[in-house]
Amino acid sequence: MPLPTATVLGILSDNLSRRGSVLPLSRRAATRWAKGLGIPEGGDTVLYTGHMYQLIPAIDALAGLLARLEDSRLTRLFGLGRFVNRFISLTFFMQLLVSRRKRAQYDAMLRDIAGLLQKAGISFGYLYGEEMYSGTLAYDEGLDDAFGPHARRVAETFQRRGVRRVITVDPHTTHMLHEVYPRFVPGFRLEVQSYLDVLAAAAGEAKAGANGQVVIHDSCVYARYEGVVEAPRVLLRRAGIAVGEPALTGLATHCCGGPAEVLFPGEAHRIALERVAQLTQVGRRITTMCPICLVNLRKAAGDGAEVLDISQVLAAADGGRG
Amino acid sequence: MRVSPALAAEVKRLDGFNASACLNCGACTALCPLGYEILPRKMFRLVLLGLEERLMEHAPQIYSCLLCRMCEANCPAGVHIAGNIRALRSVVGRRHLSLRNA
Repeated sequence: MPLPTATVLGILSDNLSRRGSVLPLSRRAATRWAKGLGIPEGGDTVLYTGHMYQLIPAIDALAGLLARLEDSRLTRLFGLGRFVNRFISLTFFMQLLVSRRKRAQYDAMLRDIAGLLQKAGISFGYLYGEEMYSGTLAYDEGLDDAFGPHARRVAETFQRRGVRRVITVDPHTTHMLHEVYPRFVPGFRLEVQSYLDVLAAAAGEAKAGANGQVVIHDSCVYARYEGVVEAPRVLLRRAGIAVGEPALTGLATHCCGGPAEVLFPGEAHRIALERVAQLTQVGRRITTMCPICLVNLRKAAGDGAEVLDISQVLAAADGGRG
Repeated sequence: MRVSPALAAEVKRLDGFNASACLNCGACTALCPLGYEILPRKMFRLVLLGLEERLMEHAPQIYSCLLCRMCEANCPAGVHIAGNIRALRSVVGRRHLSLRNA
């Protein structure tokens, strides 16, 4: 029996309306990455994580659980799960399934992103505990009744804190603020730029010497929704890293399967295997620029290839460890 | 076969829903990474004709679309395929999956 779409989406929708996120994340878990980095609180320009990197370990744990339940008779109990979850956050316990090591890995990527911006001389603040989830998963699944009010709360927070410019860290959040929020929140106007575009536009010297090669996997959302194709290549080349291009690349990139992960884990894995096969024809060190692509391709690659977030690749080259 | 004009009317009211521009050429189907034959041209026909019961037989395809826009980038008619499917989710969720606010 396939996963009950209505129940899974119902739980995500209830969570967003009642708890501010599709999968509730403690304030500590959302902000832990920034500890000790000296990022000022608030300001005209803020780094907005949208909680995507922080949520990935919990989403991955949920997807793993659902994948085990897919085609099992236990799916019959799901209706009860949505009812109970309204009163007791069952999904909050997902965080307990996540290892400390895995959480630290995703926190480290955010630390690398902040470090790259700081080294490039970019001034930015962070909203710490006031930062909210962007609502991207709810929007993509068409949960507009829950997403609309949430988007207005997020917009109110930016306005109250006097934020005018936002630097984003992932393609989905970038697109949400750039194109979707203005449709749901009247008068929403923020300058939105991905950290890749910000870094590429900052004057940077090309690094002498070679730092190896990576095969690039473009995110569908960056490439076909936001037109972010050149910036990651500029940054990799500037860091002395050769860029390997798979047959389907740039504007013609092939999806990682990740967007189907929560409701159709089997399909998501099948597509990820297909994409990994395309990428490994060029090389076995792969770089992604979206946490959803990262987690889905990593699972499919197993020990057959190394899949790294572009922030890790750039930071390693910057520190001379590439 | 029951026809439901309410579905088509509700979907058409959504911002940017332009499925009627579809030429039914099949470029989208050929490029879809999921390889579903139903996606997305036939699905839009079912919506525009108001064949709601037939459409709901394809609920898994509506929700498994990756919204990757591979189809859209190659659509000769400029149909907002991914946006249309996302919009369809919002209508189907309200009408069939009890996904109004709890």
